[in-house]
Amino acid sequence: MSSLIECEDVWKVYRVGDVEVQALRGLSLTIERGEFVAIMGSSGSGKSTLMNMLGCLDQPTKGCYRLNGIEVGGLRPDELAGIRNQQIGFVFQSFNLIPRTSALENAQLPLFYRGLSLKDQRAQAAAALGRVGLHGREDHYPTQLSGGQQQRVAIARALVTSPSLLLADEPTGNLDSQSSREIMGILEALNRDEGITIILVTHEVDVAAYTAREIVIHDGQIRSDRWTKARPPSSQVEVEI
Amino acid sequence: MAAFVWLTIMTALRILGRNRLRAGLTMLGIVIGVGAVIAMVSIGEGAKRAVQAQIATMGTNVIIIFPGVTSASGVRGSQGSAVTLTVSDALELRKRIPLLTDTGWSRRDVMQIVYGNKNWNGPINGISPSYLTIRDWSFTSGGPFTQTDLDSAARVALLGQTIVENLFEPGEEPVGAVIRIKSVPFRVIGVLAPKGQSSQGSDQDDVILIPFSTAERKVFGTSFIGSVGAMFGSTDQVEDLPQAAEQIREVLRARHRLQTEQNDDFTIRTQVDIGKVQEGTSETLTMMLFAIASVSLLVGGIGIMNILLVSVTERTREIGVRMAVGAKRHHIMMQFLIEAMTLSLVGGVLGIALGIAGANLTTVIAGWPTIISGDVIVIAFFFSLVVGLFFGLYPANKAARLNPIEALRYE
Repeated sequence: MSSLIECEDVWKVYRVGDVEVQALRGLSLTIERGEFVAIMGSSGSGKSTLMNMLGCLDQPTKGCYRLNGIEVGGLRPDELAGIRNQQIGFVFQSFNLIPRTSALENAQLPLFYRGLSLKDQRAQAAAALGRVGLHGREDHYPTQLSGGQQQRVAIARALVTSPSLLLADEPTGNLDSQSSREIMGILEALNRDEGITIILVTHEVDVAAYTAREIVIHDGQIRSDRWTKARPPSSQVEVEI
Repeated sequence: MAAFVWLTIMTALRILGRNRLRAGLTMLGIVIGVGAVIAMVSIGEGAKRAVQAQIATMGTNVIIIFPGVTSASGVRGSQGSAVTLTVSDALELRKRIPLLTDTGWSRRDVMQIVYGNKNWNGPINGISPSYLTIRDWSFTSGGPFTQTDLDSAARVALLGQTIVENLFEPGEEPVGAVIRIKSVPFRVIGVLAPKGQSSQGSDQDDVILIPFSTAERKVFGTSFIGSVGAMFGSTDQVEDLPQAAEQIREVLRARHRLQTEQNDDFTIRTQVDIGKVQEGTSETLTMMLFAIASVSLLVGGIGIMNILLVSVTERTREIGVRMAVGAKRHHIMMQFLIEAMTLSLVGGVLGIALGIAGANLTTVIAGWPTIISGDVIVIAFFFSLVVGLFFGLYPANKAARLNPIEALRYE
């Protein structure tokens, strides 16, 4: 069985006017199922580009990216949308909940695009909200929830499809330290207890400390990739730095 | 899919509900446009129906033939002043043209009528019996002349409603009464049912009908025996009218020995000709309505497009989120199209309600007849849907083509 994420010599080149920007420069990376990975790097290092690509929001200019054995490179936008819906859950720094829409409906959103019946959508979304400790707040609107609670709704939205990969882009960036700890606790528990693969972008060392593997990106390449905790038993591949 | 469409509609309604003022103002163009069209079509239909009813009072499938004009030393008389048409012309037409189911004739003159201590000046119309059927006169009391009345030049008269009102006390029964026309006593044997105004606006009920022979011999004092003021013919089908008119022309020209270079010494008018003038008017009205409708729907549609473009910009992040969690292009497209169509449909329905209210108000205030046709309502509904679809396409497509990364980053 293939690894969850396989990047081979991935390049991403943008063109801004006449200037060519090489956001990723021949990056190779393998991540196994069940890992909890932090991606770090200064702004402009290419970590956002990498996240967008891992999340199938973007495609490499050159090189090969396989998610669950599927080559993402040549897919059309709608096929990418399908993969995002089936395989990936997103958690954003600014929560990105849909305003004036209840917590339950926000958590339902990915199922809505799966074409599930309304009843199933509600049941699964309510269960997901329960998993992040928001039981009883289904009808609250984003403005009625604290930042931490909003981020938990976002996590519920990411979880509701049982994705194989959860991508969190600075999930604690807009939260106070108390809420940050809560959110990281939830992510850690999801990884530990349910074996969900989580990739997290951060520039805070104490947030990265929750993870087991730390990858530092610099100038579109991996500068360092080290295990900070014991590797989970499912990891079989040696990672070369 | 059904769940998706249903939820999208609910979401669209909720989004519109949030911005009620904005949605209302956006819809206003459609509301006013559809409302104006419905109201004006209703008024137009009402007017058309009234005109049709007026034309129908002439009788069914009627052809009228007037004599030509006199010409004395180049001075022409008024229409019908010549005495070129005769009773024998009418009888000949009946014999020669199978298309004509009946022919009749009449001669009229305005004279004083006296009953008791009242008098009235009204048109006396000497008629053939067939005149009554051709012109579709019916009776409120009494009945028509007989052939015997015509043959014996009987002194009998049929009175129109206006005459009755002016000569008799309310409630007095005219049938059986004796009136005098130019000192000649006539027995009233029937009262005609009212017809109202003609399509030219004259009072058709201001008339006394007497047998043609009686009029000719005892009242008018004609110098040319057998000359008539007008001839009438009728056909079974409306479609036969033009052909019958052409045949009448040929027969009359032959009888009057007209050379090819000579003009007709008579004028033929059919009900179709008279209707055409009215149709021309209503066609102009329809074109104007169409223009108003197009402009207002265009303006309304542009309003919807404008507000949707604003909405797409405002909700760029939301679109990004939806795309990130797996919305495909057609999902985003559908969402905005449904919003556009909801706007235009709600606007259309409100416009229909406004139009019906406007039409009814016109009837109440101005007293104009209005007819609200179901067709127009269905068309208005359908058109507002199409407007939403058409003007929603561009914004919806713009939304669907957003790049999810840029949309998520949009501030």
